Amino acid sequence: MTTPRAQPDLLYSEDEEALRAAVRDLLSDHCDAAGVIARVESDAPHDRELWKLLADGMGLAGLLVPEELGGQGATHREVAVVLEELGRSVAPVPYLTSAVVATEALLAADARDLLGELASGRRIGALAVALNVSAGSAYQVVRFEDGALHGRLTGIADAAVADVLLVPADDGGLYAVDATAATVTPQVSLDLTRPVAEVTLDGAPGRLLGDAEPAVRRALRAGAGLLASEQLGLAEWTLTETVRYLKQRKQFNRPVGGFQALKHRLAQLWLEVVNLRATARNAADQLATSGDDADLAVAVAQAFAAPVAVHAAEEALQLHGGIGMTWEHPVHLYLKRAKADSIAYGTAGAHRAALAELVDLQAP
Amino acid sequence: MTDASDLRRRTAELLAAYPPATTDRLDFLRARFDAGLAWVHYPEGLGGLGAPRSLQAVVDADLEAEGAPDNDPRRIGIGLGMAAPTILAYGTQEQKRQYLRPLWTGEEVWCQLFSEPGAGSDLAALGTRAVREGDGDWVVNGQKVWTSSAHVARWAILIARTDPDVPKHRGITYFICDMTDPGIEVRPLRQVTGEAEFNEVFITDVRIPDARRLGEIGDGWKVAQTTLNNERVAIGGMRLPREGGMIGPVAKTWREHPELRTHDLHQRLLKLWVESEAARLTAERLRQQLVAGQPGPEGAGMKLAFARLNQEISGLEVELRGEEGLLYDDWTMRRPELVDFVGRDAGYRYLRSKGNSIEGGTTEVLLNIVAERVLGLPGEPRTDKDVAWKDLSR
Ligand SMILES: Cc1cc2nc3c(=O)[nH]c(=O)nc-3n(C[C@H](O)[C@H](O)[C@H](O)COP(=O)(O)OP(=O)(O)OC[C@H]3O[C@@H](n4cnc5c(N)ncnc54)[C@H](O)[C@@H]3O)c2cc1C
Repeated sequence: MTTPRAQPDLLYSEDEEALRAAVRDLLSDHCDAAGVIARVESDAPHDRELWKLLADGMGLAGLLVPEELGGQGATHREVAVVLEELGRSVAPVPYLTSAVVATEALLAADARDLLGELASGRRIGALAVALNVSAGSAYQVVRFEDGALHGRLTGIADAAVADVLLVPADDGGLYAVDATAATVTPQVSLDLTRPVAEVTLDGAPGRLLGDAEPAVRRALRAGAGLLASEQLGLAEWTLTETVRYLKQRKQFNRPVGGFQALKHRLAQLWLEVVNLRATARNAADQLATSGDDADLAVAVAQAFAAPVAVHAAEEALQLHGGIGMTWEHPVHLYLKRAKADSIAYGTAGAHRAALAELVDLQAP
Repeated sequence: MTDASDLRRRTAELLAAYPPATTDRLDFLRARFDAGLAWVHYPEGLGGLGAPRSLQAVVDADLEAEGAPDNDPRRIGIGLGMAAPTILAYGTQEQKRQYLRPLWTGEEVWCQLFSEPGAGSDLAALGTRAVREGDGDWVVNGQKVWTSSAHVARWAILIARTDPDVPKHRGITYFICDMTDPGIEVRPLRQVTGEAEFNEVFITDVRIPDARRLGEIGDGWKVAQTTLNNERVAIGGMRLPREGGMIGPVAKTWREHPELRTHDLHQRLLKLWVESEAARLTAERLRQQLVAGQPGPEGAGMKLAFARLNQEISGLEVELRGEEGLLYDDWTMRRPELVDFVGRDAGYRYLRSKGNSIEGGTTEVLLNIVAERVLGLPGEPRTDKDVAWKDLSR
């Protein structure tokens, strides 16, 4: 039924809660903090086994892909729930980049065979646009010459594990390039769990998928909107963990969580997280229903989410004291992810600027 | 169980019997109450039909479409938001019958005699005394303060100390006080805005019949919790359109006065616009949770959020207005019946919104409540817990 709704549905359905429980179970068995820390120190920061369980085992890579193309035919609402859980455990898997951003670009280009492959999770896709670019702003392109692609692109998230790169070229086309035809060099990344890489194309063959501009715009909008759910999961974990720790940790013969200065900071943070949940749900719902308000909902969610997630992670580190500053304690994984997320798919400032246009609050 | 179609039928019948265009306002409101369409979740005979609370929206929409008069909830906010749920929860059948109808129609305005000069945040420390004469009336003496609407109120909810020999929370009793009693003296208390919305109330030998006690003797603190909880969540179920709150006027000013715009103000405006939208969506989510029968703790936070936003936004607007921001609309000492956030200028909004983080519990106290009840953090150290009220330092 497609009757227009006056209000977005901001709650979680029973099915969505069941999905959350399943993903959370899987992650608690296969993605603990110590494991993530060990992995990001190795040469292979991505967790391919976890990816296989999520994608192959649970079919989550194909949530946005229609059933007739081998996907689950679900919506952004379900994807948002998955991302909340992935955010809670800073899982080093290319879910947002492949199952959301690359998939959305392929949906825009109606690239059916590739959609099926990405949906199955057996191949991983990456949109070759730098992670910090927001929908509607300029991005780098490569040269299309004599039927091949030439150039260098940087800041490409999860390119290191991608099997197929979706590359915009100077002729306005979006090309599918087999990763084996490109040189992918990992860059030293702030966010260890979603590393970026440099992609060099030296006469690489590419298959034209369609126009780059609408595909990139759609992909980045969905990425930004759903990133808010990842940020929500992340912020929620840091808050919960900090509250738990401060109830246990004693100084001055009292649990430090009983000191009012800290209680107030945590209560403020809780309020921010509650507000973040509403904006993230709104963005997911508007994307899912292709609501008229989707652009606005995404801009609001991203303008709101990034500062909250960063604040939550920063507070978590500070309130854990010395232990929060150690490599051993996982809070740094969250801080790094939160800070990188605050740039991903556009900064809060970029989204506020987009919003100014949308709601007619023009700059001077 | 009464369902939506049943309510719509009853609403249509009410409108047919009392066409709003030709019916006196009060007659209409009384008829609406008697039809059980005032607050549909209240019991039958008391303005409701025992229907799910969420269905009120169905009734309200149909009535609004036909131009039915509303019962002016802003003027009677204390009655509707606080007195009514408390009377419903603790009142005798007799009390419910007497007070709820005129309360809902707005014929009788209520005020709240809780705060005292020596007991604000620490409300349970209050010293207004109620002494019982035999098994009969109570005689009350004391002073209350910051009492909104006392100058227009017919009735008050009042808490008073009935036993000074037990720890403070245990010796309080809850009453309904007649504001027309000659022992009640209401003195205006002028506010930073220039007007006097609230008052000092002096209570001298006021006799309250025992039949106007709400709840058991000594149980007043428990009863007051019902009032205070309702006070704090009253705002949460509100449904606002986008730009429906304080952000609306400043966005309008921005659009209409390009000459006032600066880059700094633009950044701050957009940030507050986003935060307002987030708070609006959170309130909407809370409402949806209530409708779905799964109330969350979000309500506790909404008052905090709106207080801060109102203050920051109105502060921004004073700056935005430039030279006009140096002016004020009217310093005349007035005695308004309601808070006028829409009809008055930015300067007034700026000053009045300062009360948003004090009235109904200060921001600091609400943060304690969120930290303790929602996050489960340890309570504040207590030195007053087992000490009789009369032995506390004051
Ligand atoms: C506009 C307005 C209308 C009002 N209307 C009514 C009304 O109709 N009826 C009524 O009964 N009351 C009313 N009040 C009173 C209001 O409920 C009290 O002012 C409020 O609860 C604070 O009490 P107080 O003024 O005594 O401040 P205090 O309790 O003395 O507080 C002083 C400062 O100390 C802080 N503080 C106090 N305790 C703590 C703590 N434990 N931890 C941290 N900080 C703390 C406070 O936050 C505040 O900043 C109204 C107030 C205002 C401003």
